[in-house]
Amino acid sequence: MSFEPFTILTSRTVVLPQSDIDTDQIIPARFLTTTTREGLGASAFYDWRYDQNGAPRNSSPLNGVDPSTHQILVAGSNFACGSSREHAPWALLDFGFRAVISSDIADIFTSNSLKNGLLPVEVDEKTHRALLAQPGAAVTIDLEANEVLFSEMRAAFKVEPFARRCLLDGVDPLGHLLNQEQAIASFEAGRSS
Amino acid sequence: MTEKPLTLYEKLWRDHCVVDEAEDSPAVLYIDLQLIHEVTSPQAFAVLAERGLSVRRPDLTIATLDHSTPTLPADETGALPFATPEAKAQVETLQKNCETHGIELFGLGDPRRGIVHVIGPELGLTQPGKTIVCGDSHTSTHGAFGALAFGIGTTEVGHVLATQCLLQRKSKTMRVRFDGALGPGVSAKDMALAMIAAVGADGGQGYAIEFAGPAVEALSMEGRLTLCNMSIEAGARVGLVAPDETTFAWLDGRDRAPKGEAWAQALKYWRSLPTDDGAEFDKEVVIDASSLRPMITFGVSPDAAAPVDSAHPTLNGETEREAAAYMGFEPGDAFKETKVDRVFIGSCTNSRLSDLRAAAEIMRTRKIAPHVKMLVAPGSEQIKKEAEAEGLDQVFVDAGAEWREPGCSMCIAMNGDRGEPGELVVSTSNRNFKGRQGKGVRTVLASPETAAASALAGVIADPRSFFKETADEL
Ligand code: SF4
Repeated sequence: MSFEPFTILTSRTVVLPQSDIDTDQIIPARFLTTTTREGLGASAFYDWRYDQNGAPRNSSPLNGVDPSTHQILVAGSNFACGSSREHAPWALLDFGFRAVISSDIADIFTSNSLKNGLLPVEVDEKTHRALLAQPGAAVTIDLEANEVLFSEMRAAFKVEPFARRCLLDGVDPLGHLLNQEQAIASFEAGRSS
Repeated sequence: MTEKPLTLYEKLWRDHCVVDEAEDSPAVLYIDLQLIHEVTSPQAFAVLAERGLSVRRPDLTIATLDHSTPTLPADETGALPFATPEAKAQVETLQKNCETHGIELFGLGDPRRGIVHVIGPELGLTQPGKTIVCGDSHTSTHGAFGALAFGIGTTEVGHVLATQCLLQRKSKTMRVRFDGALGPGVSAKDMALAMIAAVGADGGQGYAIEFAGPAVEALSMEGRLTLCNMSIEAGARVGLVAPDETTFAWLDGRDRAPKGEAWAQALKYWRSLPTDDGAEFDKEVVIDASSLRPMITFGVSPDAAAPVDSAHPTLNGETEREAAAYMGFEPGDAFKETKVDRVFIGSCTNSRLSDLRAAAEIMRTRKIAPHVKMLVAPGSEQIKKEAEAEGLDQVFVDAGAEWREPGCSMCIAMNGDRGEPGELVVSTSNRNFKGRQGKGVRTVLASPETAAASALAGVIADPRSFFKETADEL
């Protein structure tokens, strides 16, 4: 499996300012009875986008955006806490997002996102506040330089170096693991002796 | 030269590194046991098929069905009441994948089936010193045995299926010490909720937590499982308790535990695992267990937890205001006396025999409030059998509750068991996220004792009042 390499992305933001947005908000559990990865964008933030009767909520900033021009999600702190469901990044990617920016993002979600070509970006509080205050701002995320640029601001971010390499090259890490076969086999042999 | 003292986590890490981590590459970590279930595995098997890969160690892989399975029994024709055709297809997909790859499946009708984090320990599969993963964030549960256990995503499920290894970075370490002893009516769930409130929903991010101190040592294995289960609610993927005599006594004689000479060997290794004196943690938290009261959550994040006999705190910021509006609380509202619509006892947090006993103890010879609906879902077929042998099912049914088949049930509400919009549900599960137990449902997390007391009272209630009544009646 491979995905589109991620090098530099310039796009507009969609802002969800709430803190502690959990994976059940990103994709409610009732949409997890699927056996494929495709088509989950329709269920992304479903209960935020639609009311009890299935009518779109006008108040949701996710409704009516053009996904081709709004590929960056800016969210409140502690984004994507909760479950390990990879359906969360699959849903966001399928909705059209390529990157998520917050002040802190849950570990498992980060790990899952990186493996699918969705870039989680943790920025400092000041940059975070500025981004939250300007929905629709044009933002550039430069993974080569590890920098977020917007209006006059410039903020550094870190991505685990191996995952970053995989993202820049558009390869998933399974190949790397498969290449460790010899080391794995001798580890197993060492334990059973 | 004396060796550097190590923490339990560091020893587990050291003993499973196939390749150590470096600046530009994560460690290759060997996995001793992968548990799989129907929801997070189909896409992993699909990737194997796409790439023409096989499962490297089917013998180290165990599957069960729990998330999408109905908790109502089969109809006259023997058909199970699946919530949707998709749920049924998901179950069938796992059955097929297990068959294709020679993976042992505790499927429908198997007496060993149950919630993935309940059956691992129950069968003796979960052992000190093992690395255990599952495509489920509550895999931290197994850390109660001193196993390095954590939840992974579906892509990683595929990595382990194909290579029995994972690419991982070492975590920082945090020790949470519980000093003193718990009072009556206060249990491991209250410790977990107090810990999450103290650490914060993201305070454990990047850490492996070790729970220690006299109140942890005094816990049964079931209690330790409850505590480690909710590490992830504080943001930590790993929760650990050092293995001790309680651990060994639990494992001795279990189906998949080592036997004979292998048991003696294992014991020797297990006894070497606890954190060395003088080992350093990156962070230390101390909680006084003797001052803990029964806890509940009042918001939509698990760290919004407070004693059941307290009042809603003042609001800080938009997120807290929204949470209070969703939950229907105003600052200063006493939690006790809040009307309850539904009660759920179950989930990998609190569905073990001791949990059911604790709830039944309070409910015996009493009736739940007429407006309350209550559902009890045991964690496994084995627990169901044991509970029925003790007559616990009858206690619940006589009180007016429903006694169901084992499964995740209302914890995640994807099998059809759920609350209705607006209902307030007191639940022994682990997440109070908006809509987790059904669209618009307001979840209050609590211990089995508090859940049982609330079902009887029809309002959020302090279980200690029932202990007093019981005492007075005697
Ligand atoms: S009981 Fe709940 S938390 Fe536990 S495995 Fe099932 S869905 Fe996950």
